[in-house]
Amino acid sequence: MAEVTATPSEKGTDAAVAVLRPRVSINEKILRIVIPILALATGIALWQWAIVANEVPRYILPSPVDAATALYTDWGTLWPALVVTLRITFMALALALIGGVTLAIILVQSRWIELTLYPFAVILQVTPMIAVAPLLLIYAPDTQTALLICAFIVAFFPILSNMVQGLKSVDHNLLNLFELYGARSWQALLFLKIPASMPYFMAGLRIGGGLSLIAAVVAEFAAGSAGQGSGLAFRLLESQYRLNLPRLFAALILLCCTGIAIFALTSFISWLTLHRWHESAIRREN
Amino acid sequence: MQNVTKVFSNGTLALKDMSLDVRPGEFISLLGPSGCGKSTALRIIAGLGDASSGSIDWPSSKINAKGLPEGDVGFVFQEPTLMPWSTVFGNVHLPLKLRGVSKSAARQKVMEGLESVGLADFADAYPRELSGGMKMRVSIARAIVTRPKLLLMDEPFAALDEITRQKLNDDVLKLWEQFGVTVIFVTHSVYESAYLSNRIVVMRARPGQVYADLEVVQPRVRDGAYRTSESYRAICQTVSDTLQGAIHSAES
Repeated sequence: MAEVTATPSEKGTDAAVAVLRPRVSINEKILRIVIPILALATGIALWQWAIVANEVPRYILPSPVDAATALYTDWGTLWPALVVTLRITFMALALALIGGVTLAIILVQSRWIELTLYPFAVILQVTPMIAVAPLLLIYAPDTQTALLICAFIVAFFPILSNMVQGLKSVDHNLLNLFELYGARSWQALLFLKIPASMPYFMAGLRIGGGLSLIAAVVAEFAAGSAGQGSGLAFRLLESQYRLNLPRLFAALILLCCTGIAIFALTSFISWLTLHRWHESAIRREN
Repeated sequence: MQNVTKVFSNGTLALKDMSLDVRPGEFISLLGPSGCGKSTALRIIAGLGDASSGSIDWPSSKINAKGLPEGDVGFVFQEPTLMPWSTVFGNVHLPLKLRGVSKSAARQKVMEGLESVGLADFADAYPRELSGGMKMRVSIARAIVTRPKLLLMDEPFAALDEITRQKLNDDVLKLWEQFGVTVIFVTHSVYESAYLSNRIVVMRARPGQVYADLEVVQPRVRDGAYRTSESYRAICQTVSDTLQGAIHSAES
């Protein structure tokens, strides 16, 4: 995989450990990008070939070309819907991040607060979100708010529970060290507990990011919103009723791309934060 | 300097009526079998966990809320206990940062600390890039960066190999001379205590108590030759015999 090279003067010394850099050959780098793309393209080509060869009608299974055409021609309908879904997803994720981290910090401050709030947290978490949706639709001022609350509840818990776990998993010796130097509790929180919980937080962020998109779509199914200001989930249902399968596939492709983008973004943030020190982001070399 | 008396119990009786006077500038080793409460004693001196009865008297006038003299104590743990997300510089800076000293204001002191353990070139490295011995040296640099009057070391080199350990023993001696710091060094190694200290306090287990208090006359210069000398061997012999006595007294 990676060759390790060292200049002769460094070889065998302790100093060499810090300066060695793995070197990946150019060929391998290209292959790493080319192979997945090639595999994906082959899959799409096979799909297209199967449709054409078997003369499958478009209302049963559209070909990739049909889906791409629909994506282009229906862009005026799909784009506003995508914007709505994206807005709900990211607002829910942002609220979940703020709420989850804040509540986690409050929870770990005292055993009593944790014991008091714990049953509520568990009840909210184990209740299927889709079952709460009708209730939210009654209470929320409008559908968009109800969708936002649904997506928020779903994304909130992985972030909360990961953050609580992270804040509690601080090295006891480091806690002792901070105590020894008379650190105030905000200093211990800011300089020790929050950095130490970063790997856990990042795991929560990656899960929460994916879940907020799923929740935004599922909640819209449950809400059955319609007309102006409705998201991609409504367009999916609408296409299904009209047997407009090319558009349904186009909407699916958009959702899929959104999911990939969220995953890539959260993974990148995670890598950015952890790559200098955490084991999960470091290539293992023996 | 200090008049330390403490009784300790938390279900198990870890220390019983242990008294210890520490005079300034001493290099004391707390030596004893495992479970004799040497680490517990050290932690109580550091203010980590209270004594159930008894007290610690400090000569210092500035005493903080926890009864510890302000900034006069440095502690080196069994493990390096470094923050993995922070650079070597950041780790050594920590005690000063907690006192509100900014990075630029602390730079000189931090770099002096790193230089005294020979790691000035590694200020920007992360702990995971360092070997075990280097991590321990960062930990020592962090303990001395506040210029403490008292340096507490809790079996700091127990997990290191013999060669690294001897090198670090020499480093600690050098720091002790350079900064005139008082050191209390917990160890279970007869040879380490005999090499380093000018006073060895042997402890016995169940209950943890001082069994013997040995003054050791050491030459100023200690090096490889001293490790094989007759006088060093004699000290080891005495210490070893005393330790055996401590172990037997606990069994009977």
